[in-house]
Amino acid sequence: MFSTKNFNRSKPVLFILILFPSLLWAFQFVTGNLGVNPIEKLMDELGLMALRLIIITLMITTLSNIKSIKSIVVLRRMIGLFAFYYVCLHFSTYIILDHFLDMQFIIQDIIKRPFITFGFISFLFLIPLASTSTNNMIKRLGFKLWKKIHYLIYPVAILASLHFYVLVRADKTEPVIYMGIIILLLLHRIFKRLTRPQLAQ
Amino acid sequence: MKILGSEITPYKTYLNRRKFIKGSLASAMLATVTSSAFANHDSDLSIYTKNLNENDKLNSYEEITTYNNFYEFGTHKKHPHLNSGNFKPRPWTIKIGGLVKKPQTFDLEKILSNVTIEDRVYRLRCVEAWSMVIPWQGFQLSELIKMAEPLSSAKYVQFVTVFRPEEMPGQQKRTIIWPYREGLRMDEAMNPLTILATGLYGHEMPNQNGAPIRLVVPWKYGFKSIKSIVEIRFLDTQPETSWETLAPWEYGFYANVNPNVNHPRWSQGTERRIGEFKRRETLMFNGYEEEVAHLYKDLDLTKFY
Repeated sequence: MFSTKNFNRSKPVLFILILFPSLLWAFQFVTGNLGVNPIEKLMDELGLMALRLIIITLMITTLSNIKSIKSIVVLRRMIGLFAFYYVCLHFSTYIILDHFLDMQFIIQDIIKRPFITFGFISFLFLIPLASTSTNNMIKRLGFKLWKKIHYLIYPVAILASLHFYVLVRADKTEPVIYMGIIILLLLHRIFKRLTRPQLAQ
Repeated sequence: MKILGSEITPYKTYLNRRKFIKGSLASAMLATVTSSAFANHDSDLSIYTKNLNENDKLNSYEEITTYNNFYEFGTHKKHPHLNSGNFKPRPWTIKIGGLVKKPQTFDLEKILSNVTIEDRVYRLRCVEAWSMVIPWQGFQLSELIKMAEPLSSAKYVQFVTVFRPEEMPGQQKRTIIWPYREGLRMDEAMNPLTILATGLYGHEMPNQNGAPIRLVVPWKYGFKSIKSIVEIRFLDTQPETSWETLAPWEYGFYANVNPNVNHPRWSQGTERRIGEFKRRETLMFNGYEEEVAHLYKDLDLTKFY
């Protein structure tokens, strides 16, 4: 049996663990140790990390259905915010390092290329999630509305994995695995909803 | 535009030099002690740089040999460098077939003893919008074509990469249909810019770059420059090529570098030169317009991309 306290205690460690890769990559980038094409590498690593964190938040919700670890849900907000953090870094790398703030080109790129469009919409949808993540916001919005807003995580996850899938040239194994996990997690939610005992009206 | 290597090295000298350099890596290029035996290649970069355009700078041996697309060894850029250790590029033969006077199999050593190896410093532009400048050693494909004696009905040349899944771990997975195949129109193949390369930076061709012999067609996207060639066939119809078969809406037979025709998933207008921070403009035909534009004067390049 793991209590809320147990999970809360793990937070500082988890915080450092998830933050660490971004610091490492930044350090490697600055010192020229990120390989031959460092901008591409940085962008790939940040984006992949963000997608993995998004999937982990979905997993946490599913795992919290298991009685003995249901308090795991207290970790979800932090991981979700870290996903947003990595998406922001990923997006800024694209805008600043990859295209040097050439806004005309970037806007064209977002409109014309489906995989960039997917990624960009996914990023936009994450903004309301991140900005309504405080307890205060939940109170102000009311739990029902807050929950509705946070259903946006489903299109976010699907679009993010599509963004990755379309980008890969030949071996699509990894993006397919991520999409598979997302679909399974979504199916589980649908299944749960359908089999939920109806409350008396 | 200066591109043709003026330094012509007789094959024998080249071989001796190669023996001498064998095993030495990028460090050799930085060595301050110069040996006259290979001064031409490793220590004295001016051999290459004098053939460079003023906007171009040579990429380092390390960059050229650790960042490769060679799916036979894995799909990640670092895989060819990491996974190609077990590949045995010698002995090597090339089978010549199709529309030729007499189909035959050439020993690589025999081919090399009949050609002149020269330095060619070329820009290489990958379809993924990155590029490098590479000092190759090789000989004009036209020389081999003359040896092969194609019939006048031959309009195209097809190339096939070796298939050795036990030495090329990427081939154990069906990411693309093996063996890798590429092709050129006959006039493209005969163009003096088109070479078969057997070395880079004065070293024998590293496994990850397509040992022991590969095509280099500098005005086309990198995937046209097929590696580790074991078969060359002459045909009267346009051959199937690997990427075109896999995704015809993304990769055409011609695959000429063209900043005005975008890849459906990204722009081809700019590129990142490996080693540079800011993107640079992509040049028409990768900057070899003067030499090759005439080959396509009757072709709609937006249709035949």
